[in-house]
Amino acid sequence: MNKVEIYRGWCKKCDICIAFCPQKVLEADEESYPTVVSPEKCTGCLLCEMRCPDFAIVVNKDEESRKETGPAAGK
Amino acid sequence: MRKVVKKQVLLQGNEACVEGALMAGCRFYAGYPITPATEIMEIMAEKMPETGGVFIQMEDEIASLGAVIGASLAGMKSMTATSGPGFSLMQEHIGFAGMAEVPCVIVDVMRAGPSTGLPTQLSQGDVMQARWGTHGDHPIIVLAPSSVYEFFELTVQAFNLSERYRTPVILLVDEVVAHMREGVILPAKNSLEIEERPHPTVPPEWYIPYADPGTGVPPMPAFGDGYRYHVTGLYHDVRGYPTVRTDEVEPLIHRLFTKISKDFDRLQWFDAFETEDARVTVIAYGCVARAAHRAVRQAREKGLKVGLIKLKILWPFMRRTISGILANSQKVLVPELNVGQISREVKRVNESRCEVVTLNKVDGTPIKPAEILQKLGEIYS
Amino acid sequence: MRQTEHLVHKYLRSSKRFPHIWCAGCGIGIFMQALIRVIDQNEYSKDDIVLISGIGCSGRLPVYVDFNTLHTTHGRALTFATGIKLANPRLKVITVMGDGDAVAIGGNHFIHAARRNVEIASFVLNNSVYGMTGGQSSPTTPYGVITASAPYGNLEPDFDICRLAEAAGAVFVARATVYHTQLLDRLIDKALKKKGAAVVEVVSQCTTYAGHFLKLKSPVDMMKWQKNNSVTVEKAKQQSEAELEGKIVIGVLVDRERPSYHEQYQSLLAEKSKI
Ligand SMILES: Cc1ncc(C[n+]2csc(CCOP(=O)(O)OP(=O)(O)O)c2C)c(N)n1
Ligand code: SF4
Ligand code: SF4
Ligand code: SF4
Ligand SMILES: [Mg+2]
Repeated sequence: MNKVEIYRGWCKKCDICIAFCPQKVLEADEESYPTVVSPEKCTGCLLCEMRCPDFAIVVNKDEESRKETGPAAGK
Repeated sequence: MRKVVKKQVLLQGNEACVEGALMAGCRFYAGYPITPATEIMEIMAEKMPETGGVFIQMEDEIASLGAVIGASLAGMKSMTATSGPGFSLMQEHIGFAGMAEVPCVIVDVMRAGPSTGLPTQLSQGDVMQARWGTHGDHPIIVLAPSSVYEFFELTVQAFNLSERYRTPVILLVDEVVAHMREGVILPAKNSLEIEERPHPTVPPEWYIPYADPGTGVPPMPAFGDGYRYHVTGLYHDVRGYPTVRTDEVEPLIHRLFTKISKDFDRLQWFDAFETEDARVTVIAYGCVARAAHRAVRQAREKGLKVGLIKLKILWPFMRRTISGILANSQKVLVPELNVGQISREVKRVNESRCEVVTLNKVDGTPIKPAEILQKLGEIYS
Repeated sequence: MRQTEHLVHKYLRSSKRFPHIWCAGCGIGIFMQALIRVIDQNEYSKDDIVLISGIGCSGRLPVYVDFNTLHTTHGRALTFATGIKLANPRLKVITVMGDGDAVAIGGNHFIHAARRNVEIASFVLNNSVYGMTGGQSSPTTPYGVITASAPYGNLEPDFDICRLAEAAGAVFVARATVYHTQLLDRLIDKALKKKGAAVVEVVSQCTTYAGHFLKLKSPVDMMKWQKNNSVTVEKAKQQSEAELEGKIVIGVLVDRERPSYHEQYQSLLAEKSKI
């Protein structure tokens, strides 16, 4: 499974990652930090990581998603 | 053995400046045309490609000094030349070069201002602009030649000082010095002492760009040398990163001053003429010093005990030298082609020791020896 | 457990404190990440990159990254860049400017850098406002809106940065928004590889000051607006002026060849050294 991690120390709770995740993997927790609610739905598209203004979210792709070609497939 | 006979050449002041710059190792020139400095740019346009250097005509003087600072950061000795209006436009970048400690040389061939003023006429009106033109407290080095040879010599020295202290250096030049032609014998290049900015002696991982190595002047690598660092006009810490910490801001500004002021003894550049027993001493610079020299000679012939101090450095003001003169003379005469700019400094350091008399002319024409002689006669007692 | 490394960590200055100074949701960070990503993909040496900015919120970008970095004066980044490129043509010279920075105070340099065609890749972070000074009108602020310096509405029309760059002679001109990150990557890549003056306008959000006059409440709203108002160059070709009113045309607008200044200067030097 792809693993999405959030660095809380850098996150400014702007919601961008939550709003634009095509799979609705993320939601805001009670402190308004993004949190992964449906890890199984993550396709590893990296859009959340790329759009985070604070470099506070990082997607660690599994073997399967790594093989796919995509904007950041080489990562 | 072949005897090398150095030939005398007839050079215009602005040409001599270019010769000096090239000998000092200048390899980058950016500028914008303006009378009476244009010749420097035109000669540079021809010479730079021949010496493997870079010449570029920029869109204005702000851009010119920006490009000069950029080239210096990339490791090239760099300069620009302008006159009053262009010099005004350069002020923000003069402050940047001072704050970021980027060596560069700026020639201001003065014309009468304010504003467009008298574009082709003589003036010494930029003495204070050279000192305080850019905003904020800052040190500055300003040199003033009075002959074609001195323009050559002080251009070499301007580069040396600029590299040694990592600071902008200004050559403040009278229009007549820039435009007159005189026979000069240029020294061989290897006879001149050419200084280079201090380079880091530690590997990049150990390099702290703005840490004081004890001399007040941090070593400076060129962009591309492998020492990646940050340069800013903001107050910065020793790493070059912006700071507002009082314990970092004050030490920086103090270091900028003391890296130069610790050497005040070395920065007393003047020519003294008949000063030992002088009761009245003339303090002058640029072309006015030449007129003063003749006037003092004529006065001596008449038996008046008068002397002359010709200033080659205007800023930092040579307090030590001038104080000595003020202590030993009864009066000093400060002739200038402005309403009184260096004379203010003389009065400031005088502390009522002697009478400071001024002689000012602001009509675009030179002060003649006869005018100085007459004034000397009037005040001599 | 060790956390996964973000690519940017390879390039951020570890001696700088993070998070960075920009407001929550500000688009500058998105651009910064894209720039780093493309530099990494191209395996440029950090030692060869000079990243230069002017003054403004965008001006604060270079200090965070481990290249040769230079934070110049307001509007003048391109002048320093010109000097650096000519002094050492081996260096990859990149400028980052704000909209006010690039085309108000720096407009003259912007025009001449494009005309001269020195090889500099320039990125104009257009947030339609003076962010750093608190939300005054910029040359790209829309007509009629209320800003800190136009309390009765902006009486000036905004202008098109890309058309200015094109008219002045830039050999590569493109536009993206920070919403369109994949396109942004491609355009940054092309700009960095272009042998000449390249300009990319990066439409970005100033969430703190531009949101209110654009009637957009949050960073998310602003990026949705970017998404919904953008039209690709290809689609735009099929649309009329009226249809394109108020739209952001994204993609490569100009890609042409013309000898760059420093190439010509190098030939001149080679010629002179033969004599
Ligand atoms: C010569 C000068 N004039 C004015 C300023 C003040 N100033 C700082 S940033 C700025 C505007 C920044 O707007 P923009 O270039 O759009 O950048 P942003 O902050 O929006 O990224 C101004 C006017 C300055 N620093 N220098
Ligand atoms: S985009 Fe980044 S800063 Fe914004 S909420 Fe998500 S993780 Fe936090
Ligand atoms: S990688 Fe794509 S699918 Fe996965 S959480 Fe991020 S945006 Fe959503
Ligand atoms: S003021 Fe605007 S442009 Fe500046 S950091 Fe905040 S959101 Fe970004
Ligand atoms: Mg802006």
